[in-house]
Amino acid sequence: MNDTTTIAVRITDLTVAYEETPVLWDIDMEVPGGSIMGIVGPNGAGKSTLIKAIMGIVPAAGGEIRIFDRTFREQRRRVGYVPQRTSVDWDFPTTVLDVVLMGTYGSLGWFRRPGKQQLDAAWQAIERVSMTEYAGRQISELSGGQQQRTFLARALVQNADIYLMDEPFQGVDARTERAIVQILRQMRQQGRTLLIVHHDLQTVEEYFDLVAMLNVRIVACGPVEAVFGEENLRRTYGGRVETFSSGRIK
Amino acid sequence: MTPGDVLSMLIFDHTLRTVSIGSGLVGVVAGALGCFAYLRKQGMMGAIVAHSSLFGITVAFLIGSAAGGAALAERLILPGALVGGTLCMAFVSLVVHTTRIKTDTAMGVSVALFFGTGIALLRMIQSMSLPGHRVLRDYLFGQAATMTRVDLQTIALFSGIAVVVLLVSWKEFKLHTFDPGFAASIGYPMHRMDQVLLAVIVLAIVIGLRTVGVILMVSLLVCPAAAARQWTKRLSHMALLASFFGLLSGVLGAVLSAVVSNLPTGPVISLTATMIVLISLVIAPRRGVVARSLQRSVNRRRFAQLLTAEQATSADHRSRS
Repeated sequence: MNDTTTIAVRITDLTVAYEETPVLWDIDMEVPGGSIMGIVGPNGAGKSTLIKAIMGIVPAAGGEIRIFDRTFREQRRRVGYVPQRTSVDWDFPTTVLDVVLMGTYGSLGWFRRPGKQQLDAAWQAIERVSMTEYAGRQISELSGGQQQRTFLARALVQNADIYLMDEPFQGVDARTERAIVQILRQMRQQGRTLLIVHHDLQTVEEYFDLVAMLNVRIVACGPVEAVFGEENLRRTYGGRVETFSSGRIK
Repeated sequence: MTPGDVLSMLIFDHTLRTVSIGSGLVGVVAGALGCFAYLRKQGMMGAIVAHSSLFGITVAFLIGSAAGGAALAERLILPGALVGGTLCMAFVSLVVHTTRIKTDTAMGVSVALFFGTGIALLRMIQSMSLPGHRVLRDYLFGQAATMTRVDLQTIALFSGIAVVVLLVSWKEFKLHTFDPGFAASIGYPMHRMDQVLLAVIVLAIVIGLRTVGVILMVSLLVCPAAAARQWTKRLSHMALLASFFGLLSGVLGAVLSAVVSNLPTGPVISLTATMIVLISLVIAPRRGVVARSLQRSVNRRRFAQLLTAEQATSADHRSRS
């Protein structure tokens, strides 16, 4: 699995459109197995949509997604997901342990309830993100960092080969951010592939092996040291971003 | 009449027993399913479905009367309510998807259309004096006292279906409600889940119409859930507690309206459920108004102390330097 020549995620000609405006336009990219790739870009660039489209949560208007050279449906169990922290209502009546257990639902299938084996896995993941003393806590009482750790633990329980993470550092304190980075690096060492939507340009060089610079189109995609430069940043974020002349495609 | 008399009536009076079991069952199911309506922020939708079912009820009654008379008309009422409520939801989503009108407005438009038509048809049926039309009036404000064995059987059947679906898909419903994105990533069919959940919620509403009435049914859906949310941190406990609150409201309403003449059941059930919410909002530990204002004042005092301590040390530093 550590063979870096295998392609974990291959995206070809992916286009996603809500109404008339394209959110993603003709995306081509490859994520090599065993690497950590960041996705950066301005608000509305389609970063979250890209990872949702990979999992088929938002329908693609065209294009193809291959996970280890098969369709996502065939490989679903090999893909783990950390949604944006703010995408759920944290006032939901449940505990940290229960949320982490949800990571086992995919392998359990319908009707079956989590048993001893699933509980053990959940506790292990909770310990790994240093949340053991909060396991019984109602999730509405967690800080932003603790919420993010909880989501990460749920993803760890999925025991997937590829992880898609939507801003896992959003709203966390500096200590938690360092702890999460540590865990992400351990995951890579185990041969897992991580594709991470990221907001903070300061830390891109430190955290990622590769970076995809996105603004509806892929501006650049490759090793951080090769593509993460002023010119590409200007093209991704700068004033003169390419737009479609009439605002719609035909 | 002493509480002892009421208790012995509950056990030995056949009518009162039927009525209490029926209303209690309605409360239990509405309480449990209401938790999902509450957490998915679909309380308003519950009100719309309940109101709109009047359209289905009256149309079904007309069809039944024309086809086979009073007996058939009465049998068609509940299925009619189910169709009416579902039709209204379909209409709402049609409006939302084909126009630029937002959900809340679409609901306002739909309820005016369906409930308005329902009321108009109800008046028409009443003025035509179709045989058996008196029962329709009970569906406005609810009347448990006239509940028959057949009514009870229908309620039991629908309750059974709703509860079985809920138990079988418990963890799926929970995950889909909490984090639909993650649920979709592991393969839950998002739209199908929405539809099934909606269907059982509609079922829970429809079985309560006879007892609570189309106008106030939403309170039995939402109030027990809102009250239960105050007391617990787990969905399973919340659902059990909400069922218990629903049971309490249902039985109390049924008994009171049976014992006091001319008291409609719906308002009594609604008021009981509302009282439980109000009490829970005020006195619940941690989430209650009292507990939270206490916590705030404790925090304020602690911060004030911290601040003075900090100011004292910095003043101390300055005087030394």
